[in-house]
Amino acid sequence: MNKNHRVPSSRTLSAVEVKSKFGAEFRRFSLDRSKPGRFDEFYGLLQHVHRIPNVDLLVGYADIHGDLLPINNDDNYHKAISTAAPLLRLFLQRKEEAEYSAFGTNSLTRKKTPAALAAVLLRPDANRKKPPVIISLPKDFRPVSSIIDVDILPETHRRVRLYKHGQEKPLGFYIRDGSSVRVTPQGLEKVPGIFISRLVPGGLAESTGLLAVNDEVLEVNGIEVAGKSLDQVTDMMIANSHNLIITVKPANQRNNVVRNSNTSYYSYSAPGAVAMTPSHIIQNFRPEEVESDDDEEEDLVIETGGDMRLAPLSAAGATASYSMPSLPRYEPHLNLRHSNGAMATSSSVGSLSTNERGLERRNLEEDGTVITL
Amino acid sequence: MMKFRFRRQGNDPQREKIKQDLFAFNKTVEHGFPNQPSALAYDPKLQLMAIGTKSGAIKVYGSPGVEFTGLHKDTATVTQMHFLHGQGRILSLLDDNTLHLWEIGQREQCSSLEEVCSFTIPCRTVIESTSATRVTVLLPKLNCDLLAVGTEGGGVHFLELPSLTLLDKSLFQDEIMQSVPDEYKCGKSLGPVESLQEHPQHPDKILIGYSRGLVVLWDLQTRHVDNLFLGKQQLESLVWERSGNSFVSSHSDGGYMVWSVSSSTPCTNEPVSSTITYGPFPCKAVNKILWRTAESGSPLVLFSGGMPRASYGDRHCLTILQDSQHVTLDFTSRVIDFFTVHCTDAHKFDDPSALVVLLEEELVVIDLQTAGWPTIPAPYLAPLHSSAITCSYHISNVPTKLWERVVSAGQQQGSLQTHTNWPICGGKNLAPDPKQQELMLTGHEDGTVRFWDASGVSLRPLYKLSTANIFQTDCDHNDSLTQAGEEEWPPFRKVGCFDPYSDDPRLGIQKICLCKYSGKLVVAGTAGQVIVLYLSDEKSDHMIDVATVDLLQDREGFTWKGHDRLPPKSGSVVFAPGFQPVVLVQCMPPAAVTAVTLHAEWNLIAFGTSHGFGLFDYHRRSPVLARCTLHPNDSLAMEGPLSRVKSLKKSLRQSFRRIRKSRVSGKKRVSSTLCEANAHLAEQDAEVTPVQRRIEPRSADDSLSGVVRCLCFADTFLRDGTHHGPTMWAGTNSGSVYAYALDVPSQEKFSEQSVEALLGKEIQLMHRAPVVSIAVLDGRGNPLPEPYEVSRDLAKAPDMQGSHSVLIASEEQFKVFMLPKVSAKTKFKLTAHEGCRVRKVALVNFSSVASEDYSENGLVCLTNLGDIHVFSIPALRPQVRYDCIRKEDISGIASCVFTKTGQGFYLISPSEYERFSLSARVITEPLCQVEFDRPHDSSETR
Repeated sequence: MNKNHRVPSSRTLSAVEVKSKFGAEFRRFSLDRSKPGRFDEFYGLLQHVHRIPNVDLLVGYADIHGDLLPINNDDNYHKAISTAAPLLRLFLQRKEEAEYSAFGTNSLTRKKTPAALAAVLLRPDANRKKPPVIISLPKDFRPVSSIIDVDILPETHRRVRLYKHGQEKPLGFYIRDGSSVRVTPQGLEKVPGIFISRLVPGGLAESTGLLAVNDEVLEVNGIEVAGKSLDQVTDMMIANSHNLIITVKPANQRNNVVRNSNTSYYSYSAPGAVAMTPSHIIQNFRPEEVESDDDEEEDLVIETGGDMRLAPLSAAGATASYSMPSLPRYEPHLNLRHSNGAMATSSSVGSLSTNERGLERRNLEEDGTVITL
Repeated sequence: MMKFRFRRQGNDPQREKIKQDLFAFNKTVEHGFPNQPSALAYDPKLQLMAIGTKSGAIKVYGSPGVEFTGLHKDTATVTQMHFLHGQGRILSLLDDNTLHLWEIGQREQCSSLEEVCSFTIPCRTVIESTSATRVTVLLPKLNCDLLAVGTEGGGVHFLELPSLTLLDKSLFQDEIMQSVPDEYKCGKSLGPVESLQEHPQHPDKILIGYSRGLVVLWDLQTRHVDNLFLGKQQLESLVWERSGNSFVSSHSDGGYMVWSVSSSTPCTNEPVSSTITYGPFPCKAVNKILWRTAESGSPLVLFSGGMPRASYGDRHCLTILQDSQHVTLDFTSRVIDFFTVHCTDAHKFDDPSALVVLLEEELVVIDLQTAGWPTIPAPYLAPLHSSAITCSYHISNVPTKLWERVVSAGQQQGSLQTHTNWPICGGKNLAPDPKQQELMLTGHEDGTVRFWDASGVSLRPLYKLSTANIFQTDCDHNDSLTQAGEEEWPPFRKVGCFDPYSDDPRLGIQKICLCKYSGKLVVAGTAGQVIVLYLSDEKSDHMIDVATVDLLQDREGFTWKGHDRLPPKSGSVVFAPGFQPVVLVQCMPPAAVTAVTLHAEWNLIAFGTSHGFGLFDYHRRSPVLARCTLHPNDSLAMEGPLSRVKSLKKSLRQSFRRIRKSRVSGKKRVSSTLCEANAHLAEQDAEVTPVQRRIEPRSADDSLSGVVRCLCFADTFLRDGTHHGPTMWAGTNSGSVYAYALDVPSQEKFSEQSVEALLGKEIQLMHRAPVVSIAVLDGRGNPLPEPYEVSRDLAKAPDMQGSHSVLIASEEQFKVFMLPKVSAKTKFKLTAHEGCRVRKVALVNFSSVASEDYSENGLVCLTNLGDIHVFSIPALRPQVRYDCIRKEDISGIASCVFTKTGQGFYLISPSEYERFSLSARVITEPLCQVEFDRPHDSSETR
């Protein structure tokens, strides 16, 4: 916990100045930009410097565009530290009285200054003219799409994961037969291939910006489509539609992700793309997570009384039970699902750090709610 | 790279050996009638019959069980076939004008058919058109050393046999013309060679008949015209009288002429007699005529065609004439060819014993020795499609008791059939007697269920059950064609059973379920009718109990716009011995029944349609349960099959097909191609954009999501892990499974106490794919035995100690859930891995070839790509995969049924089942031997 001591400001170039605000109180300290540490350590530090050890906090910071963004895991914590120039403004709120609407994505277009944002936070009632749109807790954000396995794929390929989650938005794309040119020992050869033929406006595929018309589909959930018919590939995609991972060779090779040699999980952060696709969160996933079969949505079993429960995986220890509050915006029939793997590990490991628990929880939420009897 | 997720077993050599002993894929035999036959041949010495088809197949049949097949390299119509008598050789002519020689070979003590050589007639000169060398007729000499080939150009070529080398002694028309009187010539050509016939007494003389009518007796040795017969009517065919003193010619005007041959008159102008049987009005051509002498008196004349053009020009007829006896056999499909089985040795008379007629859709054999010329039932070549097949059902290991009762019921049905021996009895059947009796049941469009003996190589009809007689249909009057009231000339007699016209499409059979121990049968049809039948050995006259089950269960806002239910007959109906209807349950709305099952021990039937499912106690005649499975947004299911454009297209297509099938005359080819083009158009969708597929997961309100796909009964643990009891399971198109706990009273209390059903579990598969099959596995992972098997000590009792599990197979994946908690245990996601969808599944017991008592249960699955996968149960590990059916062959895939011991059947044409075997042990294939004496082997002469 005490690894990151208060360091005199501006002592070194690598230091990040931190100005943390909780209620009416400010605290200033600095962090080593090269060794930011982990989020839970940082969180402990904040509780420590504000002397509020038992208060659940919601941590936000103002990013370079002036958006108020949450800090709740290692990734966005590191992002915040690395982009601080050099001052990092933090806004802390009590979780129970948090004002979520201030977080957001469109603040760039709204041209709000951090000060204005702070004003919103400071005087939550003063500026409110109409009730804000209720958006869920940052921890409830779930990914809609992601680019994965950047470190292991050729740069010309892109592996895209689409999360359907039983939401209303359609997957929204079409595929067709076509032919592509391959380099073979015999020279160039025309081979049949499967291509994306159409994106439905407003569909999931279009909104991600990660798939485009004429992208060649190479794999579906790790299985090569070479030699398979259009109907076979269609059936494979539909069978995997709840968690579809498509490896494509984009028709437009100019927007390829440039591989970063020292990080295995590359954050997709082309600013243009972020601006284009503001409504989704880009996250990294470990390959084993992708591979595991546990992303599978579970079948719903309704007992005689009409109560519902999910079919637990007996192999994973049928005793594991998680009580999660059901989220009213979900239709239970469509969305009830959970992640068994996450369940199994979290139930077997007794004490988890906050951070890990947070991750686990989000994993669960990605897959929806769990109702157990 | 992402780890490959397909969980194949490692290459454990021990396991691989076991798998080799268990699984092997073989297509073994084709049952039924060859599709589109085009040629027929018979070898009186070997007593073998050969049928050629439009797809270039040659199928040889002898005594029951003796059959083998050859397939030409090119898919061309076999237009003619001839046996080289006694040599086990077949000559075939294809419509691409090539000649092929086939030999029956002996391989591992069992015969097969192999092509030896082929030949094409070369053009004589450059000027001569290719059509001039087009072969019209073939005549292999009886001593099998020479083949005469008649051509369109009127030439006759001679080939040496069996090498098929052209001899330099071709006979052209100009040589014949020299001896033809000038007044006959008129400067016209003689036309193509229509017939070549070898003189029955002098092998050096052949009779050559030209299209224009000229017939020549030609001496091969002296190359000289012996006799000229100046026929003036266009010639169709020739046949010798046995003595060689006269011959008969048939003509395009519907008549035939008898000519006498004498060496004293080299040129005959007029025939001895000339008859037009169905004159005086214009008649159609007599395509082929046979003249057979009989010891008993006057000769038999058999000819095809010749019907009065105006009144019966569209009939497919064959006339048998002897003295005053005259029968006009009236067939439902075109006559391809016919022959008689008669004495060929030194006997003085032909004395034909049987007439074999190959029709486009069936084979008819007439007993010519018994008065009245009855038909002889064929032991093979069963016309499966006498009415279109709508479903099939296979029963393995049929108890002898049931078998005998079905056979005897079938024997009592046969009228106008003799039980004389089958006349074609060449070869020896070496196949061992089947170890067990197997029944194949086919449901048909006309409401009949046919029972076939599927134990061996030849599928034999056993019994035919008709369900139409319990309903009032518009077509109740009997087929009037043969009935009195019609004029008695010509003396028609309807022969054969091919009848593609269905009285009422609602009668069609959709699902069948038979309890082989109790002889109870359930058949369900297109108009929501579910009929329970009991097997009875006595004739009966009784009323049928009718019950209606409303599957909508007060769902509102739906209107059924489809067909009405079939009105049941009021009053009692007479039933012949056999399966007799007892209870009729009618589903409302009367949509086609999509699933049916029977538990004879509990006296329960379950049935499902696109609207829901029901449970019925047929002992007490009372409905137990009805459940609606409809999704509120599903309008298609409600409106019925006739309301949508798509269905209209479909019905149009079907009617086109029916027309095409019925238009059998070659003359109508133009209109049939038009039909095809139209049907093609109808098949094309409105979509003109390039083929693309939308990627969207299934939603709950997809149409027809409520269709009940499978039903099953099981004695298992549904409510808790300690008490087992009767349960009923239903699966729908949208991935829903309903499990009911049943309260079935004990045997003694059946009459007093009613059956209760209580919903125990409802499972929604999250991937929402249609549930194809549900099966309960016992504590050892074995499928539960059938009803009565345990109580009658016919099967090992299931393990009720260990926990049971339920195997649910959807179109996309297989899953095993533990009972009673319904917790997922194992699964296999087929579609996600392979991109194929499950079409048919079955639980099969595979026994090992290595050891008598080692066997494994497997889940067999046929996919939409036509390949077959076998999985272990309950672990669901892939074992083997075989390509079986072409993926384009949708009707083949849809018709596939598996047996419990690892065989299967699917339709390769409307009239043929291909039988295949997945088991290395259980294989039903023809093993037969034909013995013959082949003087010189072609391999030496070549």
